[in-house]
Amino acid sequence: MASRHLTLGRIVLYAVLAYCVLYYLLPLTVMLFNSIKPLDDLKAGNVMSFPRSVTFAPWVKAWNTACTGVQCEGMKGYFWNSVSFVVPAVLISTLVGAFNGYVLTMWRFRGSNALFMALMLGCFIPFQSILLPMARTLGALGISQSVAGLIFVHVVYGIAFTTLFFRNYYVTLPEELVKAARIDGAGFMRIFHRIILPLSGPIIVVTVIWQFTQIWNDFLFGVVFSSGDSQPITVALNNLVNTSTGVKEYNVDMAAAVIAALPTLFVYVVAGKYFVRGLTAGAVKG
Amino acid sequence: MTRMKLAAIAVAGLGLSAAQAADIEVLHWWTSGGEAKSAAELKKMLEAKGDKWKDFAVAGGGGENAMTVLKSRVVSGKAPTAAQVKGPSIQEWGAEGVLANLDPIAKAGNWDSLLPGVVANVMKYKGNYVAVPVNVHRVNWMWVNPEVFKKAGATVPKTWADFPAAAEKLQKAGFIPVAHGGQPWQDFTVFESVVLGVGGPKFYQDALVKLDQKALTSPTMEKSFDTLRQVHKYIDKDAANRDWNLATAMVINGKAGMQFMGDWAKGEFTAAGKVPGKDYLCMPAPGTEHAFTFNIDSFIIFKQSGADAQKAQSDFATAVMSPEFQEVFNLNKGSIPVRSGVSMAKFDDCAKMSAKDFADDAKAGSLVPSIAHQMAVPAATTGAMQDVVTAFFNSNQSSKDAVAKLAAAAKTK
Amino acid sequence: MAMSQPVARERAGLMDMVESALPKIVLAPTFAICVVFFYGYIIWTAVLSMTPSRMLPNYEFVGLERYVELFSNDRWWLALKNLAIFGSLFIFLCLAMGLFLAILLDQKIRAEGAIRSVFLYPMALSFIVTGTAWKWILDPSIGLEKVIHDLGWTAFSFNWIKDPDMAIYTVVIAGIWQSSGFVMALFLAGLRGIDDSIIKAALVDGAPMPTIYRRIILPSLRPVFFSSFMILAHIAIKSFDLVMALTGGGPGFATDLPATFMYAFSFTRNQIGLGAASSIIMLMIVVSVVVPFMYSELRRSDRG
Repeated sequence: MASRHLTLGRIVLYAVLAYCVLYYLLPLTVMLFNSIKPLDDLKAGNVMSFPRSVTFAPWVKAWNTACTGVQCEGMKGYFWNSVSFVVPAVLISTLVGAFNGYVLTMWRFRGSNALFMALMLGCFIPFQSILLPMARTLGALGISQSVAGLIFVHVVYGIAFTTLFFRNYYVTLPEELVKAARIDGAGFMRIFHRIILPLSGPIIVVTVIWQFTQIWNDFLFGVVFSSGDSQPITVALNNLVNTSTGVKEYNVDMAAAVIAALPTLFVYVVAGKYFVRGLTAGAVKG
Repeated sequence: MTRMKLAAIAVAGLGLSAAQAADIEVLHWWTSGGEAKSAAELKKMLEAKGDKWKDFAVAGGGGENAMTVLKSRVVSGKAPTAAQVKGPSIQEWGAEGVLANLDPIAKAGNWDSLLPGVVANVMKYKGNYVAVPVNVHRVNWMWVNPEVFKKAGATVPKTWADFPAAAEKLQKAGFIPVAHGGQPWQDFTVFESVVLGVGGPKFYQDALVKLDQKALTSPTMEKSFDTLRQVHKYIDKDAANRDWNLATAMVINGKAGMQFMGDWAKGEFTAAGKVPGKDYLCMPAPGTEHAFTFNIDSFIIFKQSGADAQKAQSDFATAVMSPEFQEVFNLNKGSIPVRSGVSMAKFDDCAKMSAKDFADDAKAGSLVPSIAHQMAVPAATTGAMQDVVTAFFNSNQSSKDAVAKLAAAAKTK
Repeated sequence: MAMSQPVARERAGLMDMVESALPKIVLAPTFAICVVFFYGYIIWTAVLSMTPSRMLPNYEFVGLERYVELFSNDRWWLALKNLAIFGSLFIFLCLAMGLFLAILLDQKIRAEGAIRSVFLYPMALSFIVTGTAWKWILDPSIGLEKVIHDLGWTAFSFNWIKDPDMAIYTVVIAGIWQSSGFVMALFLAGLRGIDDSIIKAALVDGAPMPTIYRRIILPSLRPVFFSSFMILAHIAIKSFDLVMALTGGGPGFATDLPATFMYAFSFTRNQIGLGAASSIIMLMIVVSVVVPFMYSELRRSDRG
């Protein structure tokens, strides 16, 4: 194909891309460089300089011995805390979103569109506003300060997006599929299980990636609705980095930030291919 | 095992558990190395008494995030045992009716005689103790790099009138006269040292604590703003949103001559291996030699039911006020003990000076609360006043306008 | 055997009823959640905005007093202005950047997968991390400006983050960096979904590429614009962590946004009545922008 030859157009294209790549990689490189500098190097030089000497002590400290409160055991425990509620919350909200999308596209009834719009709109409420009423509700239900409570909150506020993704995807599937199955006598659950679900691979990937990122990186719900030993890694990171009147070790902070970001980075880099494939398969069509 | 033996063991077990103490859940934001070490001391003391410490640390904003979390917890019905709350917020929480009455513990520990009157009043709600103080930070410090002054041929200013001359010399010699971080609380920290130095402790009390409109609109206030404008002339252009410890680093590295900051700055100097009196000087801010702006960290204690929980709270309060804890905690944190009767032998010279001034100024009545650190005035009013000072600092607003705006802000409920 | 027939039909009747109700049953939890946790809480916030609540709720009714207080607050007007600037620039530039990058990547690039990962990974980072990294890069004395000065070009100046008038634009820069990759992924998927035959036919007819883009490709990406707009609007209105980490709301409070204003007044300044009023205004702004958009999209997609 002509596009493979090195024309001026191609050179310009690659140049522009290279420039954009630099802009996008800049912050990550800054973080990585500064996480392996010894502290005096950091304080003396500028943050964008190449490390004069390299040390991995900040990484070890961030994982094992950094102080996140009275205990100084680093981030390692919090890592598993996050996993313990992120995984259930992602699974549940994805499942609910799938069913909702299925109903809203294949089993429409009067008012289902209005319900969808109401759902979309309601998720715009700033999360800071719902902290107090949610705290009261969770307290009344007896699940405040527990993992169950935190999962509940994340599911509640994740449903709007998961429903959006699945609904937009299922809307591109031909309705004849379902109609034919109904004529054949298949019921609601059977159609979902036998027909819709097998076709849902791509959008499940998109939704899981999106939800995983949102919930893993959440700070506000994590800090308000969990306590002590079950706090997520974002809270530990915040405690590490935002000390008010103590001495700040910026290199440890950067190492800790990268550690906290590793799962989501991993997911995006590794599953990025499936992500785009999933979006291509129709997640975006209105 | 026979049934009898099992029953006996069960009964014995019950008896044991009655004497055990409950969990103490403590909300705080001491998460850095030095602070965490200090808090760990308290944990050790409490565990020695058989109580279990459940840590609940939330950093950020000097307590902003922690306060959000605390409110949510109280609303959900699961208040912690103790929370790091200071200043008038103590009274605001008291008004909600959720705090425990610590008077029995206070009487047993003789708190009234160990704490200066000004401090004890902050810990009380309607005459009853509801909070226990941990430390005293002095806010009206000036941290000086003597090398820089020597090289510039300037003298360290003793009053605000001396300030411009010294700053000019520093600037001409190529140094940054004042290291500053442009965050609202830092701007106000400098401002209140200026007000204290220009107007004296009584004016400070009238204007900034009692919020007396006459004092707020007086020529002295305008002069304070003029002086603040002068200070602004001598900070570097990149001061906006700089963290306080990066400003301290400028003084440590010899790039700047002085910083107006509380005594937690000392930790940075110590971490850099600097010696007080030689590599750096700690001096009261110009004009405030005989005044002491205090910032006291304290814990409020929430009402709890059950004898176990109440015993735990009593242990907590007594431990915090004990001389052993006060010494160890403040050694690690850079502040000084709040109660009298603690030996200052292990503290460094700056801390010793601080402690002496604290006692003297308490007697002389020149011990004043810091507004920048939420010791004096309710949060809403503090916020509004901070907005005014920050807006003035970051613009070309005239002192007259600023005075009018400050007087209006002081009326915020 | 004749007996089982009517019973079977009856049982079938019952099953049919359950079956037909099943969709509604499935949606019921979501409906309940919507009512209680979205609109219920919105109503609670509205009620709170008409009380004199300070630190914790106090349900005395004082009418629109808080709203008067809100709109006579200088800082609130600045926050609204910042939202207008930030919101419009962020959404517009993210869409433009996302589309631009998607078009570039669609040109059969070598190492497309790697480059795509580079554009996409910022979304994986939390806003706190992003804000801190950009805060350092944009700081004149330790970041980009210093590097360029050290390289010799001392006339270069980039101190927007310290300038009260320009600081909000640094929030835009960091925000675009974070979110445009996701928009790019959406557009790339959309581009790949366009039927090649239509484009080939247009090329055969002699249409130039720009016209093809304008007349064929962009219009068929309309649903992507809709999805992206919804997600970006959502991110823009909720921008809190990014601002707090990048500028702390400063210099002074020059980069205050309604979300940071609401948090500061509700929780730090013990004025939750006022904070609730600001939340309601925020919601009204969002509704007025998003609803017409959503309504037209839904009607179109139903017809199509």
